Amino acid sequence: MWDYLKLAIYGLIAVLAAIAASYARDIAYQVHAILVVLIAAGLFVFSLRNVGERKVVETGYMDGPVRVGVALTAFWGAVGFLVGTFIAFQLAFPNLNFGWAEGYLNFGRLRPLHTSAVIFAFGGTALITSSMYVVQRTSGARLWGGNLAWFVFWGYQIVILLAATGYLLGATQSKEYAEPEWYTDLWLTIVWVAYLLMYMGTLMKRKEPHIYVANWFYLSFIITIAMLHVVNNLAIPVSIFGSKSVQLFAGVQDAMTQWWYGHNAVGFFLTAGFLGMMYYFVPKQAERPVFSYKLSIIHFWALIFLYIWAGPHHLHYTALPDWAGTLGMVFSVILWMPSWGGMINGLMTLSGAWDKLRTDPVIRMMVVSIGFYGMSTFEGPMMSIRAVNSLSHYTDWTIGHVHSGALGWNGMITFGMLYFLVPKLWNRAGLYSLKLVSWHFWLATIGIVLYAASMWVTGIMEGLMWREVDAQGFLVNSFADTVAAKFPMYVVRGMGGVLFLSGALIMCYNLWMTVKRSPAAETANDAQTAPAE
Amino acid sequence: MDTYSLLREIADSWVLLAMFVFFLGVVAWAFRPGSRKVHDDTANIPFRHDDKPAGDRDVPGRSARKELRQ
Repeated sequence: MWDYLKLAIYGLIAVLAAIAASYARDIAYQVHAILVVLIAAGLFVFSLRNVGERKVVETGYMDGPVRVGVALTAFWGAVGFLVGTFIAFQLAFPNLNFGWAEGYLNFGRLRPLHTSAVIFAFGGTALITSSMYVVQRTSGARLWGGNLAWFVFWGYQIVILLAATGYLLGATQSKEYAEPEWYTDLWLTIVWVAYLLMYMGTLMKRKEPHIYVANWFYLSFIITIAMLHVVNNLAIPVSIFGSKSVQLFAGVQDAMTQWWYGHNAVGFFLTAGFLGMMYYFVPKQAERPVFSYKLSIIHFWALIFLYIWAGPHHLHYTALPDWAGTLGMVFSVILWMPSWGGMINGLMTLSGAWDKLRTDPVIRMMVVSIGFYGMSTFEGPMMSIRAVNSLSHYTDWTIGHVHSGALGWNGMITFGMLYFLVPKLWNRAGLYSLKLVSWHFWLATIGIVLYAASMWVTGIMEGLMWREVDAQGFLVNSFADTVAAKFPMYVVRGMGGVLFLSGALIMCYNLWMTVKRSPAAETANDAQTAPAE
Repeated sequence: MDTYSLLREIADSWVLLAMFVFFLGVVAWAFRPGSRKVHDDTANIPFRHDDKPAGDRDVPGRSARKELRQ
C-alpha cells in the first residue's frame, strides 16, 4: 500500500512542479521547478522498480546515510573553500568579475553561495552525518524511523541544491545566512521536523539510562535552528509561481529578528552542534572520557541560557534602542566564560595523553580546533563591546573573526571527525597516510594564520582610516582610499585560502585512498577489546 | 499599559528570576552528592556499543559498568 501511495505522491509532485515551471514568473523559480520535476520523476522510477520487493528487517546500526554524508561533507568542503578562495581573489583583482558572467558569477552572487556552501552544505552535512553516527553509538540503538534518515539526508541536500542554484540566478531574500526564498524555507522546515523526529525517536529507544552530553548539544542545535528558521523566514510570497517574497517584519524589528537569527545560527549551528562533535570525537580519538562531565553539563546550560541574547551586538549604533544593544553586549561578554569552560574541558580531555599530540595528527587537528574555538570566543565578546565595535564594525576584522572561528574551529573539528569516521565506516585498520594528515594540518593552520592576520591588519587600518578627521573636522580618507590600501592584505588573504583549500584537497585524496587501499581492520570483537595503538 | 510594556516588565523581572533560579538549580543538581558515580558512568558511554546496538538482554547501565571494571 505504502509503495503505491509513494508512487502517487511522487507523480503528483512531478506534475504540479511541471505546471509551476510553465507558469513560472522568473528564471530561478523555473529552474527550481524543473529540478523538482527531475527529482520527483527520478524517485518515481526508482520506487517503481522496487515495488513489491520483500523488505528485509535490518538490524545493527544504520550507517548508509553516514557513509554518503562523510563523502558529501568532504565534497562540499572542497567546493565551498574553492568558491571562497575565488571570491577572495575577486576582491583583490576585480577583473575576475568576468564581463561575460555578469549577473551570475560576480562577487555579489558568489558570496552567498560561498557562505551557504561552507556553513550549510559543508557544516550542515557534517552535523547531520555526525549526529546520526553519534546518536546511535551513544544510545546503543539503531536510528528510529527506518528510511526517515534517508529522507532527512537527501531532503537536506535538496535544500542545498535549491539554495545554491537560486543564488546564482538571483533568488534571495537578502537576509544574511537565510538567503533562500520561501519555498526552499518551507521545504527545509519539513526536513527539519523529520530530523527532529528521527533524533528524538532514537533517543527515546536508547539502551543507556543517560543521554550522553553530545546528544544534548546536537538536540539543542536541532530545536533552536527550527525555531530561528521559522521566525526569521516569516514572509509572504508575491506569487505562488514566483520566487520573490516580502518579509513580515519591517525596519528595526526585521533587523533585530535577522540578527537574533544570525547570531544564534553561529551559536547553535556553528557552536552547539559542533560542540556535540567535540564531546564525542575528541574523547574517542584520545581514548579517554571527557575531562569533567560536570563541567560539560554546566557548559551546556550556560551556553543555552546566554547565547540567545547576544544577537543585538550586531546592531550597535543603529536604530536599535541602546538598552537592547547593551543587553546583547553584556550577554556576549558573559558568554566568554562558558565558552572557555568548554574549551578547557575539551583540551583537558587529553590530560595524561599529551604525548598523542606528537604521534597522532588527527588529535592535533582536534586540539587546534578547540584552540581556535577558545580564541574566537574571546575575540567575539571583545568585538561586541560597543567601543571596540565602533572601530571593528563593517571592517574586515569581522570577516577575519568569522573565519578564524569557521576555518579554525568548525573546519578543523570536522576534518578530525572525517579522519576518525572514514576508517571506522569502511572497516579499515587505519588511514591511508598519516603523513598526508600532517600536511593537511600544517597547510590548513598556516592558511588560517595568513587569513586571520591579514584581516586584523586590514580591518583595524580600515577602521582607523574611516574615522580619521583633520583639524577642521573633515574626513581625511575617501572609501576608495581604504580599498586601495587594502590590496596587499587581500592578496595575502587569498593565499591563505589557497593553502586551506589545498589542505582540504589532500584530505579528500587521503580519505579516498583510505577507502580504496587501506587494509581491512581485524574483526570487530578484537578491535573492541584491544584498543588500537 | 500596552502589551509591549507589560510583556517587557514581566520578562525582565519574574521571568528573568525564574530562568536564573533554574540555571542555579541545574548547577546545584550537577554537584549533588552521589552524582560522581553517575557522571563517570555516563562519560564512558562513547566507549560501549561501538559496532552494534546494545542487545535486548543487556541490563542498561549495570552490565556496561561491569564491562568497564574488567
